[in-house]
Amino acid sequence: MNQVAITRTQWLPICQRSDLVADSGVCALVGDTFSDSAERRSVALFFIPGQETQLYAVDNWDPIAQAGVIARGIVAEVDGELTVSSPLYKHHFRLSDGVCIEDESIRLDVYPAAFDGESVCIAVDKS
Amino acid sequence: MTEPRVRQKLVVIGNGMVGHHFLEQLAAQAEREAFDVTVFAAEPRPAYDRVHLSEYFAGRSADDLALGTLEQYREWGFDLLLNDTAVEIDRENRTVISASGVARQYDRLILATGSYPFVPPIPGGEHEKCFVYRTIEDLDAIRAAASDARVGTVVGGGLLGLEAANALKQLGLQAHVVEFAPGLMSMQLDAGGAQLLQDKIQDLGVTVHTCTATEMIEEVDGRLRMRFKGDRELLTDLIVFSAGIRPEDNLARAAGLEIGERGGIVIDDSCRTSDANIFAIGECALYDNRIFGLVAPGYAMARNTVAQLCGDSASFTGADMSTKLKLLGVQVGSIGDAHGRTEGAAAITFVDEQNGVYKRMITDAHGKKLLGAVLVGDTEDYDQLLQYHLNAIDLPEHPEQLILPAANGAAPTLGAGALPATATICSCHNVSKGQVVDAVGGGCCSLAEVKDSTRASTGCGGCAALLKNVVDEELSALGVEVNNHLCAHFPFTRQELFHILQVEEIKTFAELLAKHGSGRGCEICKPTVASILASLWNEHIHKKPHVGLQDTNDTFMANMQKNGSYSVVPRVPGGEITPDRLIVLGQVAKKYNLYTKITGGQRIDLFGARLEQLPEIWRELIDAGFETGHAYGKSLRTVKSCVGSTWCRFGVQDSVAMALEIENRYKGLRSPHKIKMAVSGCTRECAEAQSKDVGVIATEKGWNLFVCGNGGMRPRHADLFATDIDSETLIKYIDRLLMFYVRTADKLQRTSVWLENLEGGLDYLREVIIDDKLGICAELEAQMANVVGTYQCEWKTAINDPDMLKRFRQFVNSDEADEKIVFVEERSQPRPARQEEIVRIAEPA
Ligand SMILES: Cc1cc2nc3c(=O)[nH]c(=O)nc-3n(C[C@H](O)[C@H](O)[C@H](O)COP(=O)(O)OP(=O)(O)OC[C@H]3O[C@@H](n4cnc5c(N)ncnc54)[C@H](O)[C@@H]3O)c2cc1C
Repeated sequence: MNQVAITRTQWLPICQRSDLVADSGVCALVGDTFSDSAERRSVALFFIPGQETQLYAVDNWDPIAQAGVIARGIVAEVDGELTVSSPLYKHHFRLSDGVCIEDESIRLDVYPAAFDGESVCIAVDKS
Repeated sequence: MTEPRVRQKLVVIGNGMVGHHFLEQLAAQAEREAFDVTVFAAEPRPAYDRVHLSEYFAGRSADDLALGTLEQYREWGFDLLLNDTAVEIDRENRTVISASGVARQYDRLILATGSYPFVPPIPGGEHEKCFVYRTIEDLDAIRAAASDARVGTVVGGGLLGLEAANALKQLGLQAHVVEFAPGLMSMQLDAGGAQLLQDKIQDLGVTVHTCTATEMIEEVDGRLRMRFKGDRELLTDLIVFSAGIRPEDNLARAAGLEIGERGGIVIDDSCRTSDANIFAIGECALYDNRIFGLVAPGYAMARNTVAQLCGDSASFTGADMSTKLKLLGVQVGSIGDAHGRTEGAAAITFVDEQNGVYKRMITDAHGKKLLGAVLVGDTEDYDQLLQYHLNAIDLPEHPEQLILPAANGAAPTLGAGALPATATICSCHNVSKGQVVDAVGGGCCSLAEVKDSTRASTGCGGCAALLKNVVDEELSALGVEVNNHLCAHFPFTRQELFHILQVEEIKTFAELLAKHGSGRGCEICKPTVASILASLWNEHIHKKPHVGLQDTNDTFMANMQKNGSYSVVPRVPGGEITPDRLIVLGQVAKKYNLYTKITGGQRIDLFGARLEQLPEIWRELIDAGFETGHAYGKSLRTVKSCVGSTWCRFGVQDSVAMALEIENRYKGLRSPHKIKMAVSGCTRECAEAQSKDVGVIATEKGWNLFVCGNGGMRPRHADLFATDIDSETLIKYIDRLLMFYVRTADKLQRTSVWLENLEGGLDYLREVIIDDKLGICAELEAQMANVVGTYQCEWKTAINDPDMLKRFRQFVNSDEADEKIVFVEERSQPRPARQEEIVRIAEPA
């Protein structure tokens, strides 16, 4: 039997522009609105003013260190690409797609993110 | 199966520097199992570093000087009999008999009995206030006699005599040197060099009497009167004889071994004596009619003998006796035939009377080869000249350029490429250029890796500059670009960046990046620049433009632990804390359920604080009078101290007060890496200052300053930098030293590694900090004054600034705590839950 799933992108406002810290990260809690489970997630938001892409949202959980610390890493450019260097073991995760530079089999979930006026929104797929 | 080999019985007589080196080398061989080893030692303790014996007066203890320990000998399985002099060698029965009556048979016997100080037969020379200078016991006796003496006299103006004179001076005595010959150090120096050395030493307050023969010593009114030939005399309170050494060959002589005309046990190329079962090594041995009164040739004999015993072929073919040293603060170097005694020898001499420099080169008749050299007052050319001499390299067309000061541009330097593979680079560890080249070829890509792998330049460090040249040249020959740029975003070293930021008065990372960098920065350059900015301008690390530059620990002013929680370390200056404050720490820990542990730096670490709890915790701590401890920063951690003269019966200064002064002065200084310090109230050194970046040890007269030590992963004993200085000088030197380090170190480079990589090493550092060779000391002090004057407790500022406090929210959109941080209890305190424990907690049983 064919299963058909229809998903719809939804933009969720999660915090205000004034909550962000330029050239650095903060952490936001995204509630039980995710599609697959009631799991609540911590999302790391990075705000890089003056760049083409100013806003990045990636999972806050560092799968290597097993701790929720990604938002507290330093934004680092590696070979021309923006990454965050995790504070515990210093692995670099690319902000655009979450891939770990040192071990490409590991990646963080990433979410489209944008400003809506003064609101910061991220996009999640909802069935 | 092969038959078990019969174990050979090996007896060693003498446990001095060479005897110990022999055993250390033997223990490193696989064949060591084949030997039953007995060692007879006349001294009451295992071998120690006689070369650095004088440092015993400067605060190093007998333990510090020890080369071997009893445990080590036990581990090696060698039977070390201390305090038991061998008194007879019975060659017929191959047995050694000791003073206490122990008899041991041998298959092979090693004589390492060293030498003894020669005391000239002067009537009265056996007076109880007459001493020699060879063992720790000798120094103890001299120190005891010096305590109520005013004048001390050394008989003998050789290398050791001058060292002894320096020691007497350090003990607070008015020092005299009495020398029979017309000049000092007559073995190593020609007349011109000796005269300059004498002038310099006189300037330092040591009176030198040359051409003076002592005829009699007599006691008058509790003092000693020395009567000299020609009716002169000198009143003194004690006398140290340093009139040369004599090989300790009595046992060998009694056993009928061949002895040289003027003493010394005759050995051949394989270090065997006239009895093939008996070897002699070190200062007791006579090779080619010469005694080698230095430790390096003795070590070479020891290595040679180990090779012989293990069945390898090796031969000892003599050793170079060149030396470079600093005597009473005067640099002296002597190479090869210093006196120009070789037939046809020609000399080139350079004298700069104004600056007190004397240099003389001895060449062969054609001016092509360097036979010897004498350097007084400036030994910078020593390494290069030594290479010319040892490797018989052809001299340049105008050899005088090698010793002339560089007038315009540098003097021609001998490229590392010109050295043959056999050239010795490091004489302490006997590393040749060939071995360094092999190490680089084998994959070592940096100076540090080469040092680790070959041990070159890890002894006295004198060859550091030469080693670096060889390594750099090899690396570039292999096509490796030697690049010490900070990172991809700045084509500069940390030191260069510091300079740029300072000179151009750049205040932000963005400005620096725009003017001198490229790209957007990374986790290497951002914190490094943040640290330099803080060292220079000392703005709060959370000021807007600096926020994103900090490592997480600096960002949240606490130390992140493995589960993402933080530890908090308030400052406890000098480790001194009132009961009330101690109670506050306990109350705060209890209230926030924090795990508490005493740190090695005499503070209390509170673990397990959540990000959002940090401001509340600090508000309580600050209300109780605490300040931030900077445990999170690359900055001063703690100044450890003992209770000092206030409580301790041994203390000679108030170490706690000094620790407080130092800690309060330098707290908050941002530096290339963390800095640890300690102050001990006496030479017992309970605060372990000699393992710190800056270590201070109290003396009767003030303080001894030790620098660039390290504990931890790569321990390094600190170097003695200055002795008996007063408190004001102490602070001045530390100010300059720290700022010089902050300016010139590489990123994340501790002071220990910094010093090891500093060209010119400790001597250069002294010249910069004490003699102000670079003329920057005033500037360094002003810079430090600025940092001290602009200190603020970062946490106090933060808790009063709502904008900064916003950073300490776990979630910007919720007050909840991070549910992933879970603690369980262990030994009545919380600890982070392990992964499997978290799963169990989540799934109800
Ligand atoms: C103050 C000072 C400074 C020095 N500075 C330098 C320097 O800068 N550079 C340098 O290269 N050299 C220096 N030297 C010389 C260096 O210390 C010696 O070359 C080195 O110690 C020789 O080692 P050794 O084992 O042959 O003799 P020693 O170290 O003297 O050891 C011989 C040991 O054998 C013991 N012994 C003797 N007879 C018996 C017996 N019958 N039974 C049992 N034990 C016995 C002695 O008690 C002694 O412990 C210095 C020496 C002194 C005293």
